[in-house]
Amino acid sequence: MAASSRAQVLDLYRAMLRESKRFSSYNYRTYAVRRIRDAFRENKNVKDPVEIQTLVNKAKRDLEVIRRQMDSHAVAQAEVHWHNLSSLQPPPPQFKQFSYLSLLISWDYRHTPSHLANFCIFSRDGVSLY
Amino acid sequence: MLLRAAWRRAAVAVTAAPGPKPAAPTRGLRLRVGDHAPQSAVPADTTAAPEAGPVLRPLYMDVQATTPLDPRVLDAMLPYLINYYGNPHSRTHAYGWESEAAMERARQQVASLIGADPREIIFTSGATESNNIAIKELEAAIQPDTSLVSVMTVNNEIGVKQPIAEIGQICSSRKVYFHTDAAQAVGKIPLDVNDMKIDLMSISGHKIYGPKGVGAIYIRRRPRVRVEALQSGGGQERGMRSGTVPTPLVVGLGAACEVAQQEMEYDHKRISKLAERLIQNIMKSLPDVVMNGDPEHHYPGCINLSFAYVEGESLLMALKDVALSSGSACTSASLEPSYVLRAIGTDEDLAHSSIRFGIGRFTTEEEVDYTVEKCIQHVKRLREMSPLWEMVQDGIDLKSIKWTQH
Repeated sequence: MAASSRAQVLDLYRAMLRESKRFSSYNYRTYAVRRIRDAFRENKNVKDPVEIQTLVNKAKRDLEVIRRQMDSHAVAQAEVHWHNLSSLQPPPPQFKQFSYLSLLISWDYRHTPSHLANFCIFSRDGVSLY
Repeated sequence: MLLRAAWRRAAVAVTAAPGPKPAAPTRGLRLRVGDHAPQSAVPADTTAAPEAGPVLRPLYMDVQATTPLDPRVLDAMLPYLINYYGNPHSRTHAYGWESEAAMERARQQVASLIGADPREIIFTSGATESNNIAIKELEAAIQPDTSLVSVMTVNNEIGVKQPIAEIGQICSSRKVYFHTDAAQAVGKIPLDVNDMKIDLMSISGHKIYGPKGVGAIYIRRRPRVRVEALQSGGGQERGMRSGTVPTPLVVGLGAACEVAQQEMEYDHKRISKLAERLIQNIMKSLPDVVMNGDPEHHYPGCINLSFAYVEGESLLMALKDVALSSGSACTSASLEPSYVLRAIGTDEDLAHSSIRFGIGRFTTEEEVDYTVEKCIQHVKRLREMSPLWEMVQDGIDLKSIKWTQH
């Protein structure tokens, strides 16, 4: 596999920040943005390509975690505000109707734990792992 | 306290909003504290007009009571709440096998955080159950002279860190079992059960950004520590804790432990900085503020401050935009001042004036600054109203006053 280029790392960084800003919870949103910035900053001088690839892979997995959360977090509405702190980002447009079906769909296919590769499961939904 | 009862009534009335209810009427449900607080003396720092908009809730600064789920923990748990719902003790099909594999992986994650072997981790419903199992061992001891030392690793009220390694050393040399309730410490400060010679340890899920309703007990195998089961049944968890292990919850606990291990240094550095900021900014603007607990052996995320001449409950009610506590959540219904503060020799009046500030992984600098600002504002205001404060300003020594009985 070709090593990740600087451009790819930057794209990943931007994608992660973009997704993180979609958290409707103030605390999760600020944590994700802050943690991502700090992590990329901390590792910006890493030269070893193997180490870079490991970090990139971890970042990609974390990006998927954040993406999956967007469906789950649409359910929980509460938002923390301060009347007098205008520097906070406004939350994204609100309230998608909670859809159990959409949650199931996003979980069926995007997240099949790789360690279960040895099992074969047949079910009505046609999900199978092999 | 009338204030607290009124607040509870108000809170119950409006906390229906969050949750997966389709078409929940979130507009107009203003959990705006100002609308319900019975105090009239609070200045209008809240915008008065109740326009429709998102639900507002206080800042959360009570992490010792409980912590929010880390998104990475939720991500780990969800498959086991949706499709992978097998009973981990089912031996005959893939649902059981995959659930068991998840349970064992979680066990390894918990063990790795504290330097233990996975076979030494038993899942329970929380640190309270773990504590009970550990203490019950004392009654089940075979030798009459066996005893048990039980110490909290990090205190949940004042944040003091106990010298666990030293205590472990002493217990080990005297052949006495050593149990520690590490609920507030696991994943926040480095712990190693072998270096610290710990025989039994209680772990709580919801104190480390994991789910509520799950915990674990570490039980040393070498030398073997025998415990008696609190609940008997199908013999799960090596017979030490019967009952189906709740896979989604233990997966969450395992994920929380793994995340904690990765984030410990980063979190500790950040929390220390925020704690320093909070303490310095409060102390430089307010006189007569005492920090309870040893400042040197202290976990930074739990700050307990006493504001002299201000009643703790009044200050809590005044700080209505911030979720705080004046002591341990497990004793919050009683009116007694904290037994911990009394034990460290705090004066009665200062014990009643204490507030606990909790800083955690998700706390922001803005939240700390807002809390500091409001705290300073309300302490000053409450002191202005206090006759005791007035007397102190006039130079009267309160200890010299002979209060009369009516």
